[in-house]
Amino acid sequence: MNQLDNDILISVEGLSKKFCKDLKTSLWYGIKDLFLGVTGNRNNRELRPKEFWALKDINFQLRRGECLGLIGHNGAGKSTLLKILNGLINPDAGKVTIKGRVGALIELGAGFNPILTGRENIYNNGAVLGFTRNEIENKIEEIIDFSEIREFIDMPVQNYSSGMKVRLGFAIAAQMEPDVLIVDEVLAVGDVGFRIKCLNRISELLNKCAVILVSHSMPQIARICTNGILLDKGKTSLLTNDVGLLVEKYYVTFEDNYKSNEINPFGITIKDFNVNGRSIKENATLNLKHGEDIILSFKFVCPSDIENFSVHLPITDDQMIHVALTSSLMNLGLTKNNNQLVSVDCKVPCLFTNGRFYLGLTIIETNINENQYTIGKTLFKKENYIKFFVKESPLTTSVPVLLNSNFVIKK
Amino acid sequence: MALESRTYQKENNTNILKLLKQSLSDIYSSRFLARQLAERDIKAQYRQSYFGIFWAFITPLATALVWIVLNSSGTVKLSDTGIPYPVYAFSGTLIWSIIVASINSPMQSTNAARGILTKINFPKEALIVSGIYKLLFNSAVKVLILLIFVFVYGVGFHWTLLLVPLALFAAILFGTVIGLLITPLGLLYKDIGKLISFSMQFLMYATPVVYAIPKDGLMKTIMTWNPITPIVLTTRDLIVGFHPEHITYFISVTLLCLPLLAIGLVFYRLAIPIIVERLSA
Repeated sequence: MNQLDNDILISVEGLSKKFCKDLKTSLWYGIKDLFLGVTGNRNNRELRPKEFWALKDINFQLRRGECLGLIGHNGAGKSTLLKILNGLINPDAGKVTIKGRVGALIELGAGFNPILTGRENIYNNGAVLGFTRNEIENKIEEIIDFSEIREFIDMPVQNYSSGMKVRLGFAIAAQMEPDVLIVDEVLAVGDVGFRIKCLNRISELLNKCAVILVSHSMPQIARICTNGILLDKGKTSLLTNDVGLLVEKYYVTFEDNYKSNEINPFGITIKDFNVNGRSIKENATLNLKHGEDIILSFKFVCPSDIENFSVHLPITDDQMIHVALTSSLMNLGLTKNNNQLVSVDCKVPCLFTNGRFYLGLTIIETNINENQYTIGKTLFKKENYIKFFVKESPLTTSVPVLLNSNFVIKK
Repeated sequence: MALESRTYQKENNTNILKLLKQSLSDIYSSRFLARQLAERDIKAQYRQSYFGIFWAFITPLATALVWIVLNSSGTVKLSDTGIPYPVYAFSGTLIWSIIVASINSPMQSTNAARGILTKINFPKEALIVSGIYKLLFNSAVKVLILLIFVFVYGVGFHWTLLLVPLALFAAILFGTVIGLLITPLGLLYKDIGKLISFSMQFLMYATPVVYAIPKDGLMKTIMTWNPITPIVLTTRDLIVGFHPEHITYFISVTLLCLPLLAIGLVFYRLAIPIIVERLSA
């Protein structure tokens, strides 16, 4: 058993692949490769005009029970690498050795025929994935149950919603029992309930196979992967067992272009924005350590016809999800508008884990009614006023906020 | 338990026998997939149509009708064929349509599967086999219509009718081999498909489809040497119960198809990754 656990299932040595930028030229090279292919084409392959290396000199090994996160921006070569691992295209240099059954969750429901019913498509798709008729007949009830669309299973697939197609596609693919599993961002679709179901199924498989996971969701990578590769323009930028480091490098390498709109109906000007005593421009990037305080100060004039207002600082993570909020209402309650320049000072504890976060700024008309705050007009709102990187978090985890609860454990 | 190990590298395996062996074992292991794909296409084709099966034989029937009218009205003067002309014309256009469909089949099947070719690794030979299944299905329907012609026009039953399926197998084999050999190129360049359907139109007149081989002249030489001629003539002779005159040429063509089929399968196997790369890059 131990022997089996340590099996190297995927071994990639010096893998390279080139592509052509121009279609006509590409087709012509295709013809040449066809005829060279017949003779074995053992020559060293150099770049021909209009070609580029989509992958260059990739090396890694993966054992059973390990999960390799493959990250990189669009066009870094992730999908190309998956296609080679899946045996769809041949490398131009180097070698890939794969042991065992390969299962790929690349595009769910590929080959569904729209005219045929869901049930008929289970047979087709199952056959394409390599199941025998008996296997499908034994599993069909399980597949229909997993997909949760029994009611519509005898309806033509063309009337399915895209979510239903994905459900059916995953339900079929989930029946595979591979040794090597390749997952390409298929989990981004479907509703939350189903996504959790998919993740659970993949976690079940994780222990039994070697998994390669492509994802743009760094929390997901941090949660699932045991090691990872950061690809940049076809080259290995980082290959590591330290997933925290990998995620950090990803953020450093790839500038985000999250530009949220400013909502500013009253033309408020934010003046003298300071962080930790230094003047900071809008959209600037800060580097912070976990546990530090973020000391903010700024000034503005509230519009004259507003009675009371409050200041909110929402914090958004890399996936554009709000993870924390701090508000002047917490300790000050309503602030009365005196139509003069006000100066705001605050101290936000940096309880965040490693990663990239955005701090937003919202100024909002607020009133009180029977001990409940009521929100009025938005006076100023920008979701990403500044951004900051957090480093040196004591734990690498996919959870964005790490609270200190002053544990006491007695012996 | 030993796990199956696969290696992907740039060097192709050039051992033809080994490749052929892999190809054949994939054909065997993917027999369910091939059947499923054929079933899927046939069902989908007829579910979205009222006339369904009618379209399978309308083209050869229409071509035959045109020639029957041309002949019976005296617009063109054709030499005597020895059997009722409608049977001659329809059997010709029908076999011809089967051959044309067979030539187009591998390319059509592969092209239609682009969506899965670039996503899923499965035995591609199943596409070819599913194409053959579809051809057999459509040909069976066509032959039933032909039988009606044979009996209506008083040709009657001959024991050689039982050999017609064999001849049709040869026709499908011939077409599939040609189709298989051009598929890799045809997938890269659309010109190939156009060129084939274009030249097949002309080739029909150099084959005894709607008229017999003339007694002498250039046309006689071309039509006698045309490798499709023995297939059409032998099949027709078997249908009407004549002695198959071109049986030697027919058997040689069929036998020659077998090594070519092996080459086609190997070439197809080597070509698919290259084509997938060019289609999905």
